[in-house]
Parts: sequence; C-alpha cells; structure tokens
Amino acid sequence: MIKLSTPEEVAQWAERERRERSKFDFTVTMCAGTGCQTAASPAVIEAMRDELNRLGLHNKVKIRTTGCHGFCEQGPLMVIEPGNIFYRTVRPEDVAEIVSSTLSNNEVVERLCYVDPVSGERIATESDIPFYKAQDRTLLRQNRLVDPCRIEDYIAIGGYSALVKVLTSMKPDEVISQIKESGLRGRGGGGYPTGRKWEQCRAAPADEKYVICNADEGDPGAYMDRSVLEGNPHSVLEGMLIGAFAIGARKGYIYVRKEYPLAVEHSKKAIEQAVEVGLLGENVLGSGLSFEVKVARGAGAFVCGESTALMASVEGKVGEPRPKDVHTVEEGLYGKPTNLNNVETWANVPGIINEGAQLFAAKGTAKSKGTKIFALTGMVKNTGLVEVPMGTPLRHIIFDIGGGAANGNAIKAVQTGGPSGGCLPVDKFDLPVDFEALSEAGSMVGSGGMVVMDESTCMVDVARYFLAFLQDESCGKCVPCRIGLDRMLEIVTDITEGRGTMKQLDLLEDVAETVQIASLCALGKTAPNPVLSTLKYFRPEYEAHINEKRCPAGVCRALITYSIDPEKCTGCGACLRACPHDAIDGNKKELHSIDQNTCQKCGICRDECKFDAVLVE
Amino acid sequence: MSAVQYPAVLDAVEGCPADLIEVLQDIQTECSYLPEDALRAVSEKLSVPLIEVFRAANFFKAFTLVPRGRHLITVCQGTACHVRGASRLLDAVSGLLEVSPGETTGDGAFTLEAVNCLGACALGPVLVMDGRCYAHMTPDKLRRLIARTIKQDEEGSAND
Repeated sequence: MIKLSTPEEVAQWAERERRERSKFDFTVTMCAGTGCQTAASPAVIEAMRDELNRLGLHNKVKIRTTGCHGFCEQGPLMVIEPGNIFYRTVRPEDVAEIVSSTLSNNEVVERLCYVDPVSGERIATESDIPFYKAQDRTLLRQNRLVDPCRIEDYIAIGGYSALVKVLTSMKPDEVISQIKESGLRGRGGGGYPTGRKWEQCRAAPADEKYVICNADEGDPGAYMDRSVLEGNPHSVLEGMLIGAFAIGARKGYIYVRKEYPLAVEHSKKAIEQAVEVGLLGENVLGSGLSFEVKVARGAGAFVCGESTALMASVEGKVGEPRPKDVHTVEEGLYGKPTNLNNVETWANVPGIINEGAQLFAAKGTAKSKGTKIFALTGMVKNTGLVEVPMGTPLRHIIFDIGGGAANGNAIKAVQTGGPSGGCLPVDKFDLPVDFEALSEAGSMVGSGGMVVMDESTCMVDVARYFLAFLQDESCGKCVPCRIGLDRMLEIVTDITEGRGTMKQLDLLEDVAETVQIASLCALGKTAPNPVLSTLKYFRPEYEAHINEKRCPAGVCRALITYSIDPEKCTGCGACLRACPHDAIDGNKKELHSIDQNTCQKCGICRDECKFDAVLVE
Repeated sequence: MSAVQYPAVLDAVEGCPADLIEVLQDIQTECSYLPEDALRAVSEKLSVPLIEVFRAANFFKAFTLVPRGRHLITVCQGTACHVRGASRLLDAVSGLLEVSPGETTGDGAFTLEAVNCLGACALGPVLVMDGRCYAHMTPDKLRRLIARTIKQDEEGSAND
C-alpha cells in the first residue's frame, strides 16, 4: 500500500482509484451487513465470483462486498451498476441467470425484482422503491459505495478529503465554528450540541486530551451505529481525526460492544489501513497532527453507554457512572478532558466540513438539524434502516417508508428511544422526529430505535419488559435507580399477573418521579419513561388488567387461557407436536385439548395451528 | 481447575491495569468462561487486586464463571424481537432441553442464554447458535435446529 506524506497525494490517489473503477463494465454490489450475512449473502458472493471466473468475466465485472444497505427485510440485497438494478432475496442458484441476463445482455431478471406490496408493481431499480425513495440517505448511501475493508474504496468516493481541507486551510476554531453552525447534535440520545462540546473540550487546559467514539449501542431495537461502523468505518475515523485536530487530542478510542464482532473487526482493520497509509499516527500528511486510535471492546453492560461509565470501563474498571458536576470534557478518561461522540455523530462530520455547515443546517427543524438514521422494526412491513431529515413526521416513516402494518393487525403505537424513550399512540404520529417535540410528548429521539407495535402487543407488558431490562442493567451504584426500579417492576408485575390495584398506579407514578429526579445518571433518570408514557396514553389497558383481570392484547400469561375450538380443530396434531411443555393431548383426527395445569401459556400452539383453532381469552 | 485451562493469551499480557476488561474478554473467548486460576493469574500480571478482578468478572454480562456447554444458544430478547414473540423461543428451548436461561444441560451439550439485543432487529426474532445468526426464528425451526445439532453430535462421536 502507498504511504501518503502530503495532502495533495490524497486527491491523486482518489483519481487513480476512480480510473481503476471505470475500467469495469459492471459493478455488482452485494450487501454483507449482519442481516444479509445471516441470509447467506457470502454464499452468493462466492457463487458470483466462481461464475465470473468460469466465464472469464472477472476483468469486466467488479464485485463489491459492502456493509448494510438498510432494507434488511428483503436480504440478501444486490445492486448492479450502471442501471441501479436492485435484486432482493438473492440465492446462490440465481447467480448464473443474473450473469447471463443482466451482466451479459442488459436484461433484468424479473423474478428477483422487488414487488411493491401496496401497488403490486414490480420495481427494477433501487431508487424507485418507495422504501428508499422516501428517504434522504446522506450517510447510509455511502455504505453501498464502499467495501468497508478497503480504504481505497473510501478514498475513491472522496474519503479523507474533509481531513485534507481541515489540515490545509482551517484553524481548529474554524472547524469548531463550522460544526456549531451546522447545528449538529449528539446522535446517541442526549442531543447535546456537538460543536459546543468540542469547544468546551478544546478550552479545557490539559497536557493530554482524548476523543472517544461511542459504539456501545445497547438500546434494544437499535442498530444504526452498528451498520455505519460495519459498513463505513473510515467515515467515523475521518470524523474523529477532524475532531482530534479541532480539540487538540492525540489519542482516541472506539468503544464497540462485543456483540458486534463485525464492527470490531472492521474498525480494527480500518485503523490498521489508516496507519499504514499515514492517515493515522505521527505527523499525519506532514501537517504536524499526531493521532492514534485504539479499539476497546465493551463487555456487555448497558450502563456503559453513559459517558462516565464508558470511560471507567476503558480504564479497565467496572462500568459505573460518576456524578457529572465536573463534565467529562474537563475531566474524563484518566481525569483528562475527553470528547465523546456517538458513531453517527462522528460520521456526519466529514460531510459538514466538505459541503458546508449551511447545507447540513438547511435540513431539519429549528433546533434539530440534518438527517437521522432510525432502525425501523417490529410489526411493520418494511423493516430496516431509514435515514430521513430531522422533522419528518412519524407517520411518514411508519406508513410511507415502513409500508404500514405487517400482518393485518392495526398499528397502535411506536416505541422510540429504547429503554429511555416512550410509547407514542397513533394519534401522535403527526409529530415530527425532533429532539424537543418527542421529549415533550413523553418519549425521545434517543439513539434512533423505532419499534412499531400493533394490537397483538400489550402495552403493560411493554412497560414490564423495559423495567425488567433496566432493573437488570442498573449498575446499582445509586439508590433511586437500584431500589426504585425494583419497586416499579414489582408493581407492574403485580398488574400483569392480576394482583394490581388502582392505588398502586398512584404509587407507581410517585416512585417514577423520584427515580427521574434523584438518579445519578441518564439510565435512571430516563428509566421511568416507558412506564409513564404507557400510563399516559394507554391507561385503559392498565385498568383492564387491574379491574377486569384481563389482558386485552392476550399477552400477559397470568391473565389468559388457551383453549381449542371444537368446531375448527381437525386433529392434525401440529399443536401437540409443537407444545414444548407437553400440555396438549388428543388422538389423530380427533379433537385435541389443552391441560390447563401444565399449560405455560407460551402461545406456540396458536402460532402453529393452521386452522385458527387455538383460542386465547 | 487444572493447569490445562491456563489461557495462552496471558503469556503476552503486560502489566497494565487498564487492560483488565480486554484481557478478560480474550480469556472468555479462549476458554468460553473465566477459570478461577486464570483470574488469579490476571490479578498478578496486571497488578489489579483479585477482588477487583472478580468484581469486573461479575459486573459485565460477557463474562461467565462457570464453563459453558459445547453449543451456545443465544436468544435475543430485544424489543423488536420481543414484540415478535421472542419469549416463545425460550419456551421452546426450555421445554425441549429442560434448561432456563443461563443454564447448561446436564450432559454439557447446550447452554441457553437470553441477551438484551443482538442488533439484527429487522430480522427478529433472531438467535445465535455457535456463532451463526438465525433470522425470523420460530419455535418449530428452533426445534429442528436443535434436533439436527444433536444428530450431528451423535454421528460425530460415532465416527471417533
């Protein structure tokens, strides 16, 4: 690999890479993000490579293995350029036809095209698919253009040109004022203005400073950071380099949770390559900037998403937060000024520098600027990663991009912001995704998880679910969080198990308020949100559990009974074979029955029955 | 604990307390748990009091102090998987193998684990078995996966 010693060489290298790219007639872009890998995309890539070699086409067709394209529901995904041809659920056995039709004769393989579930129309090009069309994929679109393990690819699309611009023509203060002007706010959940944070860290006097990338994405239901770091790690590194220059840091860490092995691997590889070509290390591009980055693996503690806990863990200690009367920008890692931003925040930096703060600030609302990536999941047709300008209404994301309800049930809520966020009912779906608007409604933008819930979801169970999660993840250092969450979980469990009283609801709200006010860190301070938002918007569901001992969604196990409809049961035995608890009895072709004493009410029988003969009451 | 379990990764370790979490992760990966001997050695090599080493080993979810089974089934209980019925996967495994999350079957073949999010939320319910991720999982698919694994194990031992 080449060694870059001047800023000019970056642009020259990019030019060479682009010339190299133009030698190919076609580029087959294959998603190998975690989702598509699960759906066997590596086997498709292998098959494509073999077929091209067999036909002697390997010099004409370039295969690019990339990170997540976002439309995970339809994986494995393949896009062929030129033409923007989009194929979904591609199997190794489809490869021969793709090569003989599309790559040899410019013909589209119709059966591999996406069919719009609303119009029934077959759509051949990626840009025409409603899921993509309705988005503004400023960050995510880069994923499709680069192989995350090849720095050359990032260079070819103009990577590290923002760093060059900063090193050759800007002063640290100018960089900070650009970031401030852009209105970029922390994408990890806090929404703190990034430029202001940089400014404070720069102003803090110290002989040593650190920058950290927080990739400890612990929110269940969120995987944006994973996809950015896995799919385009150099964009994060470039952001960190620019941050280090502006702040005056010489060392950085990428803190990745170990549940993301691909993100760990790709970050390490990106660092190695950047060091090798001279974009990291001593005297970067002869500018005098020296910066090194290490990867630290998170060992599975949700509280480590909290800055002070994360820093303790990087120091090799137990991940417990500390009071923030002195901010981490003054005393952070090893007691030195430390600037911590999340993956998506860092990845936004090169674009702001290259294209200007105004362009970034032109998107969004008065106080929330730019685009934001959301992980759209749950009971919605098109699940995947969605990038939209801040201020986009929830309804647009869930219905226009997400395609609405997945299986006939009516959508009743969306949970945003993970365990720190809340559940918003359908009549709030016109709210814009904006830091302030969602907070006022009792939820939050958070890191960007968006879990859609329908009639089959019990909102009291959702509250219990989050409390159980948070009680388990509470580090236990401060009393309000440790004891408060315990008591709250006790009360909500009572309600889901039919022992709840209306009086307990008042107590629940009381305790929630105390936990909010008195907890040490954001984990505790925001922990009551799921409970309070469900109480606010779905109180009738709580009341049905308490007063009628009934779970309207048929979820809470203590309040429901499964039985078999004698009219519909054909005696096929599917439920009997499926029941993990041996609670179903019956001879072949005769009516089956459920032994209520043995039944654990898991509902597997109901899922398995093809005749709708299992009833839940 | 026998000397065989002394992890090779410790040979390269140099005495810096900040490396504690990283070193413990390497040992966990190599041994599939943290043997007591190894923790004592870590304490000495990194100059971290043994009680702090144990505290970290207990604090982080990635660490276990008891050996895991030959096959590790990790069932995601993240929100997206939860609303799509992930708890049924736990029912299916516990019914079939008679273990609760965190437990290992008596023959040491399977360990069942429930985790808070694997970050493959669009594909829920998901689970990871022996490092491979399975999407859109159902109790029925899981039953067949386990049956297949048991069969492969039996054939493997028959060939030995």
